[in-house]
Amino acid sequence: MSVFTTIVSQLINGLQTGSVYALIALGYSMVYGIILLLNFAHGDIIMVGAYTAWLFMVNFSQSPIIAVLAAIVASTVLGVVIEKVAYTPLRQAPRLSLLITAIGISFLLENLAQLIFGAGAKPMPKIVNVPSISLGSVSVSGTALVTLVVSVVSMLLLNLLIKRSKMGKAMRAVSEDTGAAQLMGININRTISFTFAVGSALAGIGSVLYSAAYPQASPTMGGMLGLKAFVAAVLGGIGSVPGAVIGGFCIGIAEAGASAVGLSVWKDAVVFIILIIVLIVKPTGLLGRNLQEKV
Amino acid sequence: MAESKLVPVPSRGMVPERDVSDRPVLETLHLGVDFGGLVAVDEFNMVIGKTEIAGLIGPNGAGKTTVFNLLTKVYQPTRGTILLGDKDTSGMNTSQVCKAGMARTFQNIRLFNDMTVIENVLVGHHNSIAYHTPNAIFRLPSFWREEKEARKRALELLSIFNMEDTAEAKAGSLPYGAQRRLEIVRALATNPTILLLDEPAAGMNPTETAELMENIVKIRDTFNIAILLIEHDMRLVMGICEGIAVLNYGKIIAKGTPEEIKSNPLVIDAYLGKKDDDEVEDDA
Amino acid sequence: MKDKMRKMPTWLSYLINAAFLFLILFGGMQIINSGRLSTYYIRVIILCGINIILALSLNLATGFLGQLPLGHAGFMALGAYSSAIFMRFACNVKMLPPTLMFPVGIVLGGVFAAFIGFLIGIPALRLKGDYLAIITLGFGEIIRVVLLNIDDVLGFKLTYGAASLKNIPKTTNFFNTFLLVGITYYVIHTYIKSRHGRATLAIRDNEIAAESCGINTTYYKTLGFTMSAFFAGIAGALYAGYLGVINPSGFGFMKSIEILVTVVLGGMGSMVGSIISATVLTAVPEMLRAFSQYRMIVYSLLLVVVMIFKPSGLMGNYEFSLTKILNKSGSKKKNKKGGGKNG
Repeated sequence: MSVFTTIVSQLINGLQTGSVYALIALGYSMVYGIILLLNFAHGDIIMVGAYTAWLFMVNFSQSPIIAVLAAIVASTVLGVVIEKVAYTPLRQAPRLSLLITAIGISFLLENLAQLIFGAGAKPMPKIVNVPSISLGSVSVSGTALVTLVVSVVSMLLLNLLIKRSKMGKAMRAVSEDTGAAQLMGININRTISFTFAVGSALAGIGSVLYSAAYPQASPTMGGMLGLKAFVAAVLGGIGSVPGAVIGGFCIGIAEAGASAVGLSVWKDAVVFIILIIVLIVKPTGLLGRNLQEKV
Repeated sequence: MAESKLVPVPSRGMVPERDVSDRPVLETLHLGVDFGGLVAVDEFNMVIGKTEIAGLIGPNGAGKTTVFNLLTKVYQPTRGTILLGDKDTSGMNTSQVCKAGMARTFQNIRLFNDMTVIENVLVGHHNSIAYHTPNAIFRLPSFWREEKEARKRALELLSIFNMEDTAEAKAGSLPYGAQRRLEIVRALATNPTILLLDEPAAGMNPTETAELMENIVKIRDTFNIAILLIEHDMRLVMGICEGIAVLNYGKIIAKGTPEEIKSNPLVIDAYLGKKDDDEVEDDA
Repeated sequence: MKDKMRKMPTWLSYLINAAFLFLILFGGMQIINSGRLSTYYIRVIILCGINIILALSLNLATGFLGQLPLGHAGFMALGAYSSAIFMRFACNVKMLPPTLMFPVGIVLGGVFAAFIGFLIGIPALRLKGDYLAIITLGFGEIIRVVLLNIDDVLGFKLTYGAASLKNIPKTTNFFNTFLLVGITYYVIHTYIKSRHGRATLAIRDNEIAAESCGINTTYYKTLGFTMSAFFAGIAGALYAGYLGVINPSGFGFMKSIEILVTVVLGGMGSMVGSIISATVLTAVPEMLRAFSQYRMIVYSLLLVVVMIFKPSGLMGNYEFSLTKILNKSGSKKKNKKGGGKNG
């Protein structure tokens, strides 16, 4: 392979994982924008989505389409349930309590999955059945193609939802100023639940795309995946939707780059070093808003 | 610390007669700040003499609290100079400004709620206690001596407002008025040359306000410090302030004695709305 | 009642507490030397001691400073590895008498962890709450990855990566573990009950107000964070010297969360809470090995339930004091005596 082919194929790898990170990062970013919570459990929603898809395909022998839909529905419902059960009672509590609760939920989900499905990874049947295509000397796998298309379409839809729909306007209003939004007659609780639902649905899509690329489900898969998506959200500027997308692609490409130059055992460290540099140089991320405490 | 630079601008204006020969405690020159593109405060020039009680008034949103935040460096000014005594505070942060002699209270009370009343005051004493960490960990004599001394001073300060009895109560459990008073005591504990009070009478009834007025004067006389206060209660401002500055849309529109301010047409306009505005509406 | 306010002199209360510690130390030694306790129980007791130090050190950062570091196990790992590598080296070249090896190894572990904590703290503590959690989490993971892979970069065996660092001299015993528990408690206690401690608590309660009182918040945050890392390093060094074998996977995110659960359950800001909760959370799972698969589920449920129903933790910020109890019982006796005379 020529250098050019290597670079292009690594770039496509990077874009593929990057778009999954971006989908998950969107959930982190939206939730943070609206209730200022780092939803640690978000990564584990992906894990639940992956197990649901596995369950439907292997145990219930359903077609991949049904399994994908089931995974998305399960993630969405779980996201809303977590919000209602664990986060709503703590809305007035100090931020530290909320953060610790989120960590607790994340651990609970991981350990429940371990208890139910066992600690080992479950092999995932093939989800995407699209032949690979070749662009000159570079061959692009069907999975990569589908991943890119699906994530770009979801992001465009999300953008429409936020910019055009009534609920999207409510979401933006609540994240700008909760109190004022409430006075304008916006139902805060419904808006927050809706945000969790949308974020979790995106995580559900992300989980399916991820399991198509790395065909297995394990109880701890959400941990590192979630963390990296979170790094992507911080990199792009937490609370910013386009920022999350840009951050996701950056992290994906950085990882592929690290692997390409033979540093694949260090790629987790590379991601966190990027995070630390970003936080030190520009704590609000690439596109983040500057929130100053009112005195 | 580097030697502070002196700006050769003569003090003009409101230094009270009795200490005109001294350098003012606080002088601001062309002070201003922008938030994004918005000019929040501009050309703020003020001089406060030693032991002067000065007032900063103006309609809501005029930028009064922003001025306090600039003076104490909670926000960094975009332009201008702040002279605290003979020190230029540019490049200082909030804690250094405090050490240089400026203390403040907050509009929305900011006490250390989980700590006791006396501990709140002792935090104010922080920089006047000198022992180092090892002295504290090994409980050397200097630790005991200075802690005892600091507690004594803290109780003395609390006695200004007759608060010694609540010394061991949690600050967060105090009633509203007592919390406001405690914030003043804590600020005094930092040993300031000028004290900034942000709406000290907010939420107080007329009796409490009258008592507060007496106490502000008493504090000035006891500690020989200057006081700058933001207040909406005109009886308090007109009653105790020797000089008043009126802020509107981030700019000083009038300065002077209470009498001058009361009769200044610009001030009346700022508070009651301009006549021109009505005419414009009539035309339309 | 005024009578209750009568206190014993301070020197006496310090003496009583010191006597209490030495009673535990020498009494414990006697029991262990008598051979009546099985090695299994001794193991549980020593692990309790190590976890108490870990919980106390995290409580300093979380309960007293109000920050949420999520990479505490990383500092423990730094302490464990630095002291283990030193002790193995010292053992091989016989450069130090064995009696000196332990203290030097422990101090080295603490100082190294503190040094790295200081370096991390300077940038991380400029950021508010959540970001500090993430940045420390990131550092914890980086430390783990580095420990796993550093040998390939160096070209010689230093940490032995995933193969575990073995044959560490087993220097940790009941006596030195609990001596260090006592020292940790004493240092954190005296630090918190001083002007520096008040500054630390003020930052936790209201950072802007603390700054306006002339407190250099960056300094005290960095100092508190560094101290916290120092004691975590000491706990790590004890751990390495007790097990004799350490592996980077033992110091992952999971371990950091375990320490956090301990602190949160005990009560953020309560040192006694940390001690009780560390003891219970170490001893109970060890005793109930059969249910080990449910352990983490119970931990995570506890975390959520406690946060929802009692966010300040089980003990809140209550502090147990031996002298306070003695004071109280003393004044009660006096009351009774007084009553008797009157009657």
